[in-house]
Amino acid sequence: MRTTMAMFTTITATIITFIDMFQYEFMNNAFAAAGIVAVVSGIVGYFLVMRGQTFAGHALSHIGFAGATGAGLIGLAPLWGLLGFTLAAGITMGALSERISNRDVAIGVVLALALGFGLLFLHYYTSFATQATALLFGNVLAVDHRMIATLVVLGVVTLVALAAIMRPLIFSTLQPELAEAKGVPLRFVSTAFLAIVALAVSECAQIVGVLLVFTLMVGPPAAAQRVTTGLWSGLALSAALALGEAWLGITLAFHTDWPVSFCIACLSALGYFTALFASGRRSQVGRGNETA
Amino acid sequence: MNVVELDRATIGIAGHSILSNVSFAIGPGEFIGVLGPNGAGKTTLMRAILGLLPPSAGYVRVFENAPQRGDRGIGYLPQVRTVLPDLRVRGLDFIGSSLHGERWGLPSLNRHDKSMIEATLDSVGARDLAKRPLSDMSGGERQRLLLAQALIGEPKLLLLDEPLISLDARHQEVAIDVVRRVCRERKITVLFSAHELNQLLGTLDRVLYLGNGQAVLGTVDEVVTAPVLSRLFGTDISVVRAEGHIFVMSRGYDVERVEHAHDHGHVHDHHGHHHHLH
Repeated sequence: MRTTMAMFTTITATIITFIDMFQYEFMNNAFAAAGIVAVVSGIVGYFLVMRGQTFAGHALSHIGFAGATGAGLIGLAPLWGLLGFTLAAGITMGALSERISNRDVAIGVVLALALGFGLLFLHYYTSFATQATALLFGNVLAVDHRMIATLVVLGVVTLVALAAIMRPLIFSTLQPELAEAKGVPLRFVSTAFLAIVALAVSECAQIVGVLLVFTLMVGPPAAAQRVTTGLWSGLALSAALALGEAWLGITLAFHTDWPVSFCIACLSALGYFTALFASGRRSQVGRGNETA
Repeated sequence: MNVVELDRATIGIAGHSILSNVSFAIGPGEFIGVLGPNGAGKTTLMRAILGLLPPSAGYVRVFENAPQRGDRGIGYLPQVRTVLPDLRVRGLDFIGSSLHGERWGLPSLNRHDKSMIEATLDSVGARDLAKRPLSDMSGGERQRLLLAQALIGEPKLLLLDEPLISLDARHQEVAIDVVRRVCRERKITVLFSAHELNQLLGTLDRVLYLGNGQAVLGTVDEVVTAPVLSRLFGTDISVVRAEGHIFVMSRGYDVERVEHAHDHGHVHDHHGHHHHLH
């Protein structure tokens, strides 16, 4: 009886603090912004993982860092610098052919150079330094209504563009030789896709920062692809996982006072390794049945 | 009517001609084995037929017209170069992605598409692959999936680029049998490129040998002879026939011995000498 009472009290307390969270406007804003971004990241990231271009996505975010700090230097909002740089880099990578965008060394060099430039811009714009952490690791708790509106517009543009190229994108990802033979403009598709990734990266960086875009753009889709093999179920699961991890991360952060991005990063890794473990066990069981 | 015709065609990549001044014609329903060493232009020829490589001189005609990219009359099984390592996409979605894959917008499979995919998987005896992810399939299963895909849409011409590569001997025989059966039934013209002539001996109508930028088309008896192949490759070739097998050997060059592992126990001399010319 006493334990039931205790449990009841604990649950009530938890619910109250949970509801409590939403009394703060910054928390509402954080949930809204993270929700929009997580869904977009989970969906765009699904294709990034499918194409094996996660490193290119990572590089785009670092290039975005240089853009964001550069924008600060000339008095623009960091988001626009981020968007401009990632878009330009994405389109350049795509236009230079698929071979470049898949070449790890070239991407690695450009990535490091971009971070270096980011540092240079910071060096000359010292008052901007406080925002550097926010750029690198995200600051979802500082999101305002205007930012949410911007994220909604960007998110819609990203998803509409992705929907427009989705069919040839999947075809040219799975079977480039055949897609080419059937008349798919491979280079255009891959360039358009990297531009879409650039948009998604810019949005994602607003929530978890440029260094942690993988937490929403790679962790959830990679986990989803371990668990399901259907396209739509995979996309839905990826988006749902990203959303769940983002919201749960914010909730955890609220109660523990740990940084939000840290919590999301942990959940993302947890989700991925759980999926990896689960699917590994399942396929082992499957193999056992085959030999039997 | 010719299904494929090359008329004094020169085809090359980046100014370097791979086939020069080549002429031949392939009729409807023929099963053509395309042979020749690596780099002789087997893939180049197929890409020209697909309309991906326009000839720099002469003509290539497919169904009596200039080749058209995306021609629905052609089924194509590319030599698999890009294998994504861990592709957890099930067979149905994999083939589905190629159906109208050139159209913009969201992918969708209606009931008609699905039944078409299942029917074509059935025809190559691979219905169960629809539900399994690609990453769990063996090389033979993947190849069968690709073959099924190439047969979708009732093509009149099938281009199979090295479909036997990465298959073990048993699966190679199965693959050849399936292609032969389906293509005879539907009267499809087949260009089947391979490294080994012997496996195709019972199946092919004519053989197209490529080498040194040239091509010779004819029956096995006409083409696979020491004088014809020596002239084509510009080196001393000897052709040895033994027990229904043909061994093409080039003296003074590296003669590679290809051995096929027989894991299903029956003794069957299938060791071919495989010529290697560069």
